[in-house]
Amino acid sequence: MRKLALLVCVVLLLPSFAFAAGEPEVVEPEFPLEIEMWIGLGGALGEEIERMAADFNAMQDEYIVNVIEQGDYAEAMTSAIAAYRAGNPPHILQVYDVGTGTMHGNPEAIYPVYQLMEDYNRPFDTDDVLDQVTAYYSDLDGNMLSFPFNSSTPIFYYNVDAFREAGLDPNDPPETWHDVEEYAEALVATGNYSAGFTFQWPSWTNMENFSAWHDIPMGTLANGMDGWGTEFVYNSPEHVLHMEALADFARRGLFQYGGRGSAAGPLFNAGDVPMYIASSAAYAGIAESVDFEFNATFLPYWPEIIDSPQNSIIGGGSLWVMDGHSDIEYEGVAEFFEYLSSTEVQAAWHQFSGYLPITNSAWELTREQGFYDEIPIHNTAIEQITLSEPTENSRGIRFGNYVQGRSVILDAMEAIFAGDMGAQAALDDAVRRGNELLREFERTVAR
Amino acid sequence: MVTGKSVVFKDKGLPYLLLAPEVTLTAVFFIVPAVQALIMAFYREDAFGFSRTFIGFGNFERVLNDAQYVQSIWTTLAFSVAVAVITMVLALFFASLANNIGKKAIYYQTIIISPYAVAPLVAGVMWFFLMSPAVGVVAYALRLLGITWNHAIVPWQAFMLVVAASSWQRIAYNFLFYLAGMQMIPDSLLESAAIDGSGPVSRFWRITFPLLSPTTFFLAIVNTIYVFFYTFPVIHTLTEGGPNNSTATMVYRIYRDGFRSLDYGGSSAQSVILMAFVMVFVLIQFRYVERRVYY
Repeated sequence: MRKLALLVCVVLLLPSFAFAAGEPEVVEPEFPLEIEMWIGLGGALGEEIERMAADFNAMQDEYIVNVIEQGDYAEAMTSAIAAYRAGNPPHILQVYDVGTGTMHGNPEAIYPVYQLMEDYNRPFDTDDVLDQVTAYYSDLDGNMLSFPFNSSTPIFYYNVDAFREAGLDPNDPPETWHDVEEYAEALVATGNYSAGFTFQWPSWTNMENFSAWHDIPMGTLANGMDGWGTEFVYNSPEHVLHMEALADFARRGLFQYGGRGSAAGPLFNAGDVPMYIASSAAYAGIAESVDFEFNATFLPYWPEIIDSPQNSIIGGGSLWVMDGHSDIEYEGVAEFFEYLSSTEVQAAWHQFSGYLPITNSAWELTREQGFYDEIPIHNTAIEQITLSEPTENSRGIRFGNYVQGRSVILDAMEAIFAGDMGAQAALDDAVRRGNELLREFERTVAR
Repeated sequence: MVTGKSVVFKDKGLPYLLLAPEVTLTAVFFIVPAVQALIMAFYREDAFGFSRTFIGFGNFERVLNDAQYVQSIWTTLAFSVAVAVITMVLALFFASLANNIGKKAIYYQTIIISPYAVAPLVAGVMWFFLMSPAVGVVAYALRLLGITWNHAIVPWQAFMLVVAASSWQRIAYNFLFYLAGMQMIPDSLLESAAIDGSGPVSRFWRITFPLLSPTTFFLAIVNTIYVFFYTFPVIHTLTEGGPNNSTATMVYRIYRDGFRSLDYGGSSAQSVILMAFVMVFVLIQFRYVERRVYY
């Protein structure tokens, strides 16, 4: 309660000081100027971002980009919003995929990235950026509002040693969910595994990406990309089919639910569950902790729903520039973004982290460097996301209040997998609750 | 209770001055936020604070019409009862064993009290490593026994886990109070009962337990408050309120809706509901339970 009281206090008291210090200063700026960048990543990825900033700082002497790890994505966003209300926001904020709707819904708080790059004459070639990425972060007029930084997509990892042991061909991994079922049966039959497969970020991998991969909508108005009036429709027969099948797999011990977020990771890494749907950016962590050979392939699909899969969508984070700073500071932000979007930096970041190369030229460069011959998994992710021309159902999603909206989906999935509720009933209920959240958001952004 | 003469300061300035730091801190960290939450509960506001609309009891309606929120009230109550009963029964049992056993008592007492020194967050992480379906030692042992442990999906397992983790730490606190209470009971009472032919069990139920009733009453209240507010770190590290909200207590919902989902109005309304809830709860306890307490 004390912690809570403190947080409430910070959020509530600070607005009274809002913008007291926001007036443009007349004094000459002192170089180097500090640019604050708040991120929601930690560990090796956080360190890598700090290293990139250090490189930029060493390249020039006018700006110092100061990277501050603010806990997880949700904490970074909450802190930045509290700081904004206090009139002291960071210059750059990393926001996760589900927070994108909130940022789009509050244009007063941000400085759109396309505008920033235009205002300060920095090149920002959006044509070079992958279509799926551009679509995810653009407004209705096709302008990029945030800087795509760490985008990933889920892929299907599998334990090669386990496949061999169970007499399965590791060069012929499952393509459809029927294959997954069959492989899981064979793997579980060896008696060495607690289940055949699991997945992380359950809603992202098996609701959002399931829908895009099968070219079916999650919500109306192109999954909310065309307006806040969207309504959820993920209680369709196709969604019910998938959820029912997963519940059946869980009942038969073929599938083990590992929890929300990345909680399922240890199941795969410890060699307990040999098939695993996870982010392409999970690669580094897996490679570091497992003592078995592993590989990855495309997500499985249902041939009943689609003849050949569409394309997967991205998740991860993008960088938003917050409103309320001086021209001279924004100049530095624009320069930093130019550095970040350079082909070399993008390619190095992609190769280090397993996040997608954001631009076609970074993809090209990585290919030329022969990186994919060494680690073909990284190419799997980008080939999957560019598999087909994106449709209305596979450009991405943009729902307001989606932190809660996603939680509603997870509640339903957990009720279904535990066998507490039928898939249709649980999804109907989730759609109803989800739509209430969408309407609530629509009301808060109407002004 | 003891009633003494009240002492009055002659100089009026000094007492206020001495009270000032405490009052200021309470005001800044408790009173003002509480009032702010009370106000915020009646508004609809976007995350950044650009629009602020008065909507009367709209937030309360929205929250109370949410079946999952109502469920979280029941979860909180069940959680309180479970933790309070488990900790008090075990603490009483341990205290009566550790009382009057001579010089070695200090070792037993230290061992039983030691969990209290562990920070709740660390305790949560520790239980996580014991019970994790992937890497947990206990989960592995259970699997060998043919029991599938996966608190990520089985609601009753998740509930049991947070109850166990919260109780484990809380036993130490209860134990301390019971032990102190027992040591306050005059030996003469117990001795004369023994001379009259009363056995250890009947001495416990007829003398010790009734004389401990103020302690029991006090512990019942503080345990309830503990569960309402201070079990947050355990839930946060172990289950994050899941699966399907089965371990989401009222406080956890306030945090999740307010600080992760940025629904300030709904979260404030929940704070107000919680505040009312705890006040009524404590009132009932003082009004009805206290009557049965012997001082």
